[in-house]
Amino acid sequence: MSRHALSTRLWHWVNLVCVVVLFMSGLIISNAHRLLYWGDWGFSRSQAWLEVPRFPDWMTIPGYYDLALARDWHILTAWPFALGLLFMWAAMLANRHFRRDIATKRNEWRWPAIREDILRHLKLDFGHGDGKYNFLQKLAYGLVLGVFLPMMVFTGLAISPGIEPVLGWMVDLLGGRQSARSLHFIFAFAIFGFFLVHLALVLLSGPVKQVGAMITGGRSDEA
Amino acid sequence: MKRRGFLAVMGAAFVAGCNKLAESETGSRLLGAADGWHKSAHRFLQDRKALAPEFPRAAISPYFRGNGSVDPQNGDYPAQAANGFGDWRLEVRGLVETPLSLSLDNIRRLPQRTQVTRHDCVEGWSAIGEWTGPQLSVLLDAARLKPEAKFIVFRCADNLNGQDYYESVDLIDAYHPQTIVAHLLNGEPLPIRNGAPLRMRIERQLGYKHAKYLTAIEAVGSLDDIGGGKGGYWEDRAGYQWYAGI
Repeated sequence: MSRHALSTRLWHWVNLVCVVVLFMSGLIISNAHRLLYWGDWGFSRSQAWLEVPRFPDWMTIPGYYDLALARDWHILTAWPFALGLLFMWAAMLANRHFRRDIATKRNEWRWPAIREDILRHLKLDFGHGDGKYNFLQKLAYGLVLGVFLPMMVFTGLAISPGIEPVLGWMVDLLGGRQSARSLHFIFAFAIFGFFLVHLALVLLSGPVKQVGAMITGGRSDEA
Repeated sequence: MKRRGFLAVMGAAFVAGCNKLAESETGSRLLGAADGWHKSAHRFLQDRKALAPEFPRAAISPYFRGNGSVDPQNGDYPAQAANGFGDWRLEVRGLVETPLSLSLDNIRRLPQRTQVTRHDCVEGWSAIGEWTGPQLSVLLDAARLKPEAKFIVFRCADNLNGQDYYESVDLIDAYHPQTIVAHLLNGEPLPIRNGAPLRMRIERQLGYKHAKYLTAIEAVGSLDDIGGGKGGYWEDRAGYQWYAGI
C-alpha cells in the first residue's frame, strides 16, 4: 500500500467527526419538520413529496429533542466541515493526489473492465492491480469528494436566508429553497450510504492495516 | 442485530460525549458563538443592504400558514380584534429624541413598500406572501434615534406560555430596506394568525424574528435587561440563535 499524505489523513479524521456531528444534529432538524418539498415553498402534507420518519433520540445530537441546541451543533460544525473540504481540495490538487489516484481515465470506463471489478468486489477480492485504487474506489471517492460533500456545503448555504441575497443565483440553480432543503437531505443520506459501505469494506479488507495506514500514513512501497 | 447493537452503543457514547462537551462552559460558549461567526461572514460577503429575493405575484402561496401565537386571548387583544383594531397604537420609544404614538391610519399614510417575499420558518417550512407597510427606517428617522441606541426591540401583544413575545435586531437589519412594519398581506389587512394588525418583516432572517401583534418599537443600548436578556422570546425560552440568518 502506498502512503496516504499527511493532509489526507488529517482531513479524513477531522471530516469524519464533522460529518458524524452534522448528520446526527441534522436528524433533529429533520424531526422539527418532517416534510420535504420541491420548489420555493411548502408547508403542509399536500405539498410534500416525502414524509420523513421521526429519528429516535439515540441517533441524534443532543440525545433529546432540542432544535436550538441541534442547530448550534450543526452551524458550528459546518465551519470545519466546509473549510476542511476546501483545504482537502487544495491539497489534493497541489500534491496531485486527485490526478494520480482519483481521476479516472477514459480507458477505465469500459463495461467488461467495470464488470470484472464489480465481480471481484463481490468475491471480496480487493486486489488493486498497479494503481492505488481500483475503478470503483476512484468512482466512489470522486463522487464523495467532488459531488456529495460539496453539495452539502452548497445546499446548506442555499437554505440560509442570510446568505441568499448574495447567492440567490445558486438557490435558483438548485431549484428554489425547498428543493435545496430536499437535496441537502438526499445528499446527507448518500454520504451515510457511502459511510456504511466504506466502513464495511475497511472491515472486510484488513481493518487494522487500513485504519493504521489512515493514522500513520502506511508503508511506502516506492523503494 | 449484533452490529446494530454495537452501532447504537457507539452512537449513545458519542452523544453522551457531545452532551458533556455542550454542558461545559467552553463548549457552550463555542456552540453559542457560531451564529455570530455566520453573521460576520454574511456581512463580509455582501452589502449590508443586499436584498432578499422578491418573487412575482404569481409565486404567492395559496395560503399563509400561521405559527406560534395564532389567536392571542390575553390582555385587551380580543377586545381590540372585535373592534377591528380601531384603537390600536404603535409606540416608538426608548432611546429616541421624539417618542411617537401612531394610529393605524398614521401608519397607512406613511410612504409604503410592497414586497413579495418568502418566509422561512426555523423548523423548515416556507411560504410566499406579499407584504405592505412603511419601512422601519422611516419610523426610526421620524423619532430620531439617540447615538447610544444599538438595538431595536419589538414589543408584542401576545403572551405565549406565560411570557410576552418580543424580538430584537441590530441597527443594520433595522435599517435594511426590506425591514417593514407590515399591515397588509396579499393586499388585505393581516389575518389574526399572521399578526394582525401589525407585524415586522425582517426578510433576511428566519420567521421567529418577524414579531407579530406589534405594539411598540423600542430603541435600546443593550439587550441585557430586556426579557431574559438574550434578545427574544425563543432566544430566552429555548436558546434559539439571536442572529436568525442561518
